[in-house]
Amino acid sequence: MLLIAILLPFLAVFLLPFLVPVLQRKVGWAVALVPLFLFAYFAGFIPQVAGGEPVIVNYQWVPQMGIDFSIYLDGLALLFALLITGLGFFVVSYAVGYLGEKENLGNFYSFILLFMGSMLGVVTTGNLLVLYIFWELTSVTSFLLIGFWFHREISRYGALKSMLITVFGGLAMLAGFIFLYLITGSFNIRDIIAQGSDVVAHSYYLPALILILLGAFTKSAQFPFHIWLPNAMEAPTPVSAYLHSATMVKAGLYLLARLTPALGGTPEWFYLVSGVGLLTLCYGSFMAVRQTDLKAFLAFSTISQLGLITALFGFSTKLAVAAAAFHIFNHATFKGALFMVVGIVDHETGTRDIRSLGGLREYMPITAIVAGVTAFSMAGIPLLSGFVSKEMFFTASLALPMAGVAQWLFPAMAVLGSIFTFMYSMMLVFNVFGGKSKDPSIRPHHQGDNWSMLWPPVILASVNIIIGLFPGLVEKILVLPAASGTWGAPVVEHLALWHGFNTPLLMSAIVILVGFLFFRGQQAVVSFVEGVQNHRFNLNVLYDKSLVWLNDVATWLTVKQMTGFLRDYLVFIFLWFALSVGGTLILKGGLNLTTLDLSPVGPYEIALALIIVGGALGVVFLPTKLAAILSLSGVGAVVVLFWVNLRAPDLALTQLIVETVSTILFLLAFAHLPELKKEVVAKSQKLVNMIIAGASGLLITLLMVSGNATGLFDPIIADYYLRESLPLGGGHNVVNVVLVDFRGIDTMGEITVISIAALAVYSLVKLRLGKRGNAE
Amino acid sequence: MRMESIIFQTIARQALYVIILFSLFLLGRGHNEPGGGFIGGLMTAAAIVIQYLAFNLEMVKKALPFDGVKLIGLGLLFAVGTGLGCMFSYGTFLDHSFTHVILPFFGRLELTTAFLFDLGVYLVVVGGIITIITAIGEEGK
Amino acid sequence: MELLMSVVIGILFALGIYLLLSRNMIRVVLGSALIGHGTNLMLLTSGRLKRGISPFIPADGGAGLSFTDPIPQALILTAIVISFAVSAFLVAMVYRSYQELGSVDLSELRGVEDE
Repeated sequence: MLLIAILLPFLAVFLLPFLVPVLQRKVGWAVALVPLFLFAYFAGFIPQVAGGEPVIVNYQWVPQMGIDFSIYLDGLALLFALLITGLGFFVVSYAVGYLGEKENLGNFYSFILLFMGSMLGVVTTGNLLVLYIFWELTSVTSFLLIGFWFHREISRYGALKSMLITVFGGLAMLAGFIFLYLITGSFNIRDIIAQGSDVVAHSYYLPALILILLGAFTKSAQFPFHIWLPNAMEAPTPVSAYLHSATMVKAGLYLLARLTPALGGTPEWFYLVSGVGLLTLCYGSFMAVRQTDLKAFLAFSTISQLGLITALFGFSTKLAVAAAAFHIFNHATFKGALFMVVGIVDHETGTRDIRSLGGLREYMPITAIVAGVTAFSMAGIPLLSGFVSKEMFFTASLALPMAGVAQWLFPAMAVLGSIFTFMYSMMLVFNVFGGKSKDPSIRPHHQGDNWSMLWPPVILASVNIIIGLFPGLVEKILVLPAASGTWGAPVVEHLALWHGFNTPLLMSAIVILVGFLFFRGQQAVVSFVEGVQNHRFNLNVLYDKSLVWLNDVATWLTVKQMTGFLRDYLVFIFLWFALSVGGTLILKGGLNLTTLDLSPVGPYEIALALIIVGGALGVVFLPTKLAAILSLSGVGAVVVLFWVNLRAPDLALTQLIVETVSTILFLLAFAHLPELKKEVVAKSQKLVNMIIAGASGLLITLLMVSGNATGLFDPIIADYYLRESLPLGGGHNVVNVVLVDFRGIDTMGEITVISIAALAVYSLVKLRLGKRGNAE
Repeated sequence: MRMESIIFQTIARQALYVIILFSLFLLGRGHNEPGGGFIGGLMTAAAIVIQYLAFNLEMVKKALPFDGVKLIGLGLLFAVGTGLGCMFSYGTFLDHSFTHVILPFFGRLELTTAFLFDLGVYLVVVGGIITIITAIGEEGK
Repeated sequence: MELLMSVVIGILFALGIYLLLSRNMIRVVLGSALIGHGTNLMLLTSGRLKRGISPFIPADGGAGLSFTDPIPQALILTAIVISFAVSAFLVAMVYRSYQELGSVDLSELRGVEDE
C-alpha cells in the first residue's frame, strides 16, 4: 500500500493523455488531487511516527546485490514527504491560474508528477542505491521542468547547467555510497547508521564523506556549485516555487540529515559542512542585494537560506538539528509563497525588473500583505515563524561543539549573512509594493488581486503567522520527530517565541538594526557589492569555458583517432594491447618462462609446426590470390591434423569440413575481385606494421607460456563435466554434452550468431541499393 | 561456377546420398561418439555445396528445393522450442532429460531431449551455409 | 609441446596482424582467418595438451582414466563454425564494396563525399 502511494505520481501520469484533451486548463485540478490525497495519506502516519515508531516495509528487488526496495518512513522522511505533497498541491493549484491555454499542459503536469514521485522516492527509501536512482530521476525530471520553455535558448542553457552540475554531484555521491558499502557491507541506511562509529573510524571515511557531500552540495546549490540555481529561474514560476522551496534543493539537505548519524559529529564534518554552509549563507545574501530581477533575488536568497540550513546540520548538535528541521519547514512555506507572489507580479505587470516596479500595493493590496508577511518571516522579524527558527540558529551557533576560531567566527558569519538577508527581504517588499511606480508604462493589467493565483500563497503566509505565534503546534508532530530521525536518537527541545533577554536576542536586534540601516542606504551598499564582484572571471565563466574546452578536446580526439582508415584503428588497438597487456605482464612480474611440466614433442609435431608456419608465411607473401587461398587452406588442413594429434576428434571432423566449405567460398567470392597487387607503402609505415605485428605475436607467445607455467588452467572445471556428463547429461561424448546440455544456452547464442551472419550475407548480396540509397 | 566434368558429376550424384546419410548418422550418434549437430550440419551442407560445384546452381535448386533462410528459422525454432519445452516440463530453460527404451531387434535406444536441440543446431548450420554459398555463388553470372 | 604450440600461435598471430594492417581488403580477410586458427589453437593449448585420452566416457564411468580437457574443445567447436560464418560475412562485405565502389584499397575508401 505504501509502495503504491509512493509510486502513485508515476502511475497518475498514464492518465494524463486521456484527461488533458477533455479538461483542458482544468486538468490541473485533477492533477492536484494526487498530492492532496498523498498529503492526507502521509499525514495519517503522523501519530505512529511521532510516537517514535518508524514505518518500515521491505520489498526484495535484487537480493543478490543487497538492493531492496525498502521503505523507511521515520520523522525525517515524513516531514519531507508532507512538504513535497503539501507544497505540491499548492504549486499545482497555482499553476492552473498561471499557465495559459496555449502552453503544453500535458508535458507540464506529467513532468511535475514525475518529479514529485522521484522526490518521494528519494526521501522514503531505506536503501542507498534506490535513493541514488531516485536522486538521478529528480535531476532528469528537473531538467525537463527547467527546460519547459525549450524553445528559448536560455531555458535550455539553464536546464543543461542544472543537470550537468547535479548529475556530476550524483555520480560522486554514488562513489561515496560505494565507499560506505565497502566500510559497512550494506546499502541499507539503517544498517549503515547502526555502524556509525565504525564508519567514522574507517580510513575510507574521508573520501566517502567528501564524495557524498559533493552530491549534497551540488543538489542544494552550495558555494561554489550554486551557479546552476540562478539559471534555473528560467523555468515557469510554479516550477521554481516547487523546486526551490520544498523539493529539488532540499534533497541535498535530506541527504545531509539522513546520514548525520553515520557521518556526522567529526571535526571533518563540522568544518566542511558548516563552513560551506555559512560561506554560502553570506555569499548568497550578499549577492542577492545587487540583483535586479525578482526571481534572481529569490534565487540567491534560496542559495543563502540553504546555506543556513546546511550550516545547522554541520553544527551537529541536538538544538541545531531541531532548528534545521524547523527551518526546512519554514523555508518551504515562505519561499514557496514568495515565488508565487513574484509569479503574480510578473503575470500581472509583465515584468520582474525591480528597477521599474513600485507602488503595487495600491493595485493588489492582499498580494502586498502576503509578500510582506513571508519576506518578514524570511528576514526573521518577531511574531513570524522565521524569527523562531532564526533565534534557534543563533543559539546553536553560540553553542558549537568544537573549540577554536569557529567559536567567534561562525556566529559572526551568521549575523553578517542575516543582515544582508534582512536587507534584501526589505527591498523585495518595499521596492516592489511600496513607494511610487517608477515606470508609468508598467502597471497591472487590471485593478485588484488575482485570487485564482493568490489563494495558495495566502494559505502559506497564514501558516507563517500561526506557526510564528504558536510554534508548539508543529513541535511535537513534525519538527522533533524529524530532528530525532536526523539525530538518530530522541531530541527534546522547546520551540518558543520568547526565550528571554539573551545573546541570540541581541544578535537578532543587531541584525534588524544594521539591516534596516543598510536598507535605507541601499544605493551605497549595492554599489559596494557591485564593486566587489568581478565580471570578467567568475564561476559562471569558468563553467562555460570548461564546457567549450571539453567539446574542443573531444573533437580534437575524435578527429585524431577517427581517420576512416582501418589500419589506423587497428594500429591503435594493437599498440594499446601490446602496451597494456605486455606492460602489466612485465611490471607485475607475471613473466614465467618455465619449461617444466610440458607434454612430449615428437618429430611429427615439429613437422606439423613447420608446415603451418610455412603455410602462414605463404598466405602473407604469395603473389596471387589463388595461391594465398590455397596456402590458407593448407594451414587449415594442418590445424585438422593438430586436432587429431591432440585428441580432439570432434574438432578434427568439424575443421575438415569447414576448411573445405570455406575454401570453396573464398574461391567463389575472390574470383570476382581484382588480383593482389604488390602494396606500395612507405617504408616507415611498413616498419611500423612489422613492429606492431611482431610485438603482438611475441606477447601472445609470452602470455601463453607464462599462463601455462602458472598452472591456473589446470582442469578444475573440466573434472565436473567429465564426472557428471554420463549421470546428468546421459551422453558419453563430453564435448557434445557440454555443447547441447550443460552450456546449451551458449550454443543457442552461437547458432543465433550463425543465423544472423547468414542473413547478413544474404541481404548484403541480394538487396541492391542504388547510389542514393534507394532500392533498385 | 561450373565444372563440366562427367566424372565429377557422376561421383557427386552418387556421393550425395552417402554423404547425407553419413551426416545424419554423425548427428544421431553425436551424444556418445564424435559427431553432433555442428558436424552433421556441416557435412550435409558440404554435400549440397558439392552439387553446386558439379552442376549449375539452378538445376540443383530445382532438384533440391531447400530454402536456406527457412531452414535457419526452422532450426532456431527447434532449439528454442526444446528449451521452452524443458522449461514447462522441468522448470528451467534447456534443462534436458533423457531416458532409455528397449526396442525389439534394435536393442537399447537412448532418447534425449538434447537430441532435439542438436537437431536445431543441425538445421541452422545447414541453412546458414546454404544461404551463404548460394548468395555468393549466384553472383557474377 | 606447449612451448612449441605457443611459438606457432605467436607466429600465426603476428602474420595475421600484419595482414590485418594491410591496405588490401582481401589480405585483411585472409589475416582474420589466420588469427582465427591461432585463437583456436590457443584455446586448446590453454587446457594443457595430451593429458589423457579423448573425452569419451566409457560405459563403466571411466574411473581412474584421465581425459583431455573437454571445455576448450566445446568452445573451439562453436568457434570454428562461427568464424566461418563471420569470414563469410567479411567476404560478402568486401565483395559488395568492391562492386559498389570499385576498389579494395582501404586507403582509397576512407570517408564519404559529404562528410
